Amino acid sequence: MAEVTAKDLIEEFDFKLLNDEDAVAFRPVSTSDISRPGIEMAGYFTYYPAKRIQLLGKTEMSFYDELDRETQVERMEGLCTYDTPAIILSRGLEAPESLKEAADRVGVPVLSSPITTTRLSSQLTTFLESRLAPMTAIHGVLIDIYGIGVMITGSSGVGKSETALDLVRRGHRLVADDSVEIRQEHDGILVGRAPDLIKHLLEIRGLGIINVMTLFGAGAVRNYKRIGLSIDLEIWDQKKQYDRLGLDEETIKIFDTHLPKITIPVRPGRNLAVIIEVAAMNFRLKRMGINAAEQFSERLNNVIEDGDKEEF
Amino acid sequence: MIEKTITVKRKTGLQARPAALFVQEANRFSSEIFIEKDGKNVNAKSIMGIMSLAVGANKDIHLKVDGPDEQAAMEALVDFVGQEE
Repeated sequence: MAEVTAKDLIEEFDFKLLNDEDAVAFRPVSTSDISRPGIEMAGYFTYYPAKRIQLLGKTEMSFYDELDRETQVERMEGLCTYDTPAIILSRGLEAPESLKEAADRVGVPVLSSPITTTRLSSQLTTFLESRLAPMTAIHGVLIDIYGIGVMITGSSGVGKSETALDLVRRGHRLVADDSVEIRQEHDGILVGRAPDLIKHLLEIRGLGIINVMTLFGAGAVRNYKRIGLSIDLEIWDQKKQYDRLGLDEETIKIFDTHLPKITIPVRPGRNLAVIIEVAAMNFRLKRMGINAAEQFSERLNNVIEDGDKEEF
Repeated sequence: MIEKTITVKRKTGLQARPAALFVQEANRFSSEIFIEKDGKNVNAKSIMGIMSLAVGANKDIHLKVDGPDEQAAMEALVDFVGQEE
């Protein structure tokens, strides 16, 4: 699982660190839940979710101002624990001295943002959910074809990268070559991206490593893409039966998500890029409610039924 | 299927050239070979996959080999990363 610390949050959201940098420890954030410790401010710490990011807004801080000095210190010490990953103040609020002192003591970063509380809370949740989602790496290529994220898998040397290059030449966008990092960001939504180190690169046997973005332009790459379809390339096996109708839909399971899967046999002379392009278009058409195979099958059934009637 | 955790002895780790040699070595065998590092699982026959792991010197990697020539493949790869130069 990917690790997120307050440091990543500072980079992503441009937060300002309010307390002493040397005293701060960047602990990993373990949950995407955000806590707004209003009731803790009022003194009730029994169910204080210390492991969550604490978000303080105008309401909490104006309540804090009404407390007497001694209670203020006590409540702030209650908020800062060794488990707390960060305390964030919204609306550009200034951190009171007692909070900074308490935070320095246990190394909790106190951050500030000019954004309003509710908005910040939703942005933080979205960011954390995507970063903390379970991740797996799959050997394959991910490419955006007419808006469908198509993951091409298959054994080494079957021609995944070459097909990807062909597809890029046809105006589609490369997301990842050889290794696709997949996260399930929400139920049923798989998002794939390339490992940072090999982003925008493609390896073609005989040529070596090429940079797709500098060669083909910014329009030829994407940083991430939701995966809609999986295509498995395999060497043509004479004994195996391949789908001739397209009536049945196969799936593969990644985390809890079932991804539609098509198996395409590879044989010299088959233009894989065209086949995959058409597979993506056909997939889109199916999602729009037009299923050529089903329509044909229905037509065939009708003709057979009509023929039966005529005989009587 | 056989598995083994090994330490990369090469002084440079698996930089581009050693990584390419490693992949070449792995491709000599028909077994499926996977490398795991920091929870990432990549195919040892894919150069980009190996390089995306950025394996440094004295780092541990977990090798998984499955197939008819797994024993020979494991020996060859362990030998390869075990070399100092």
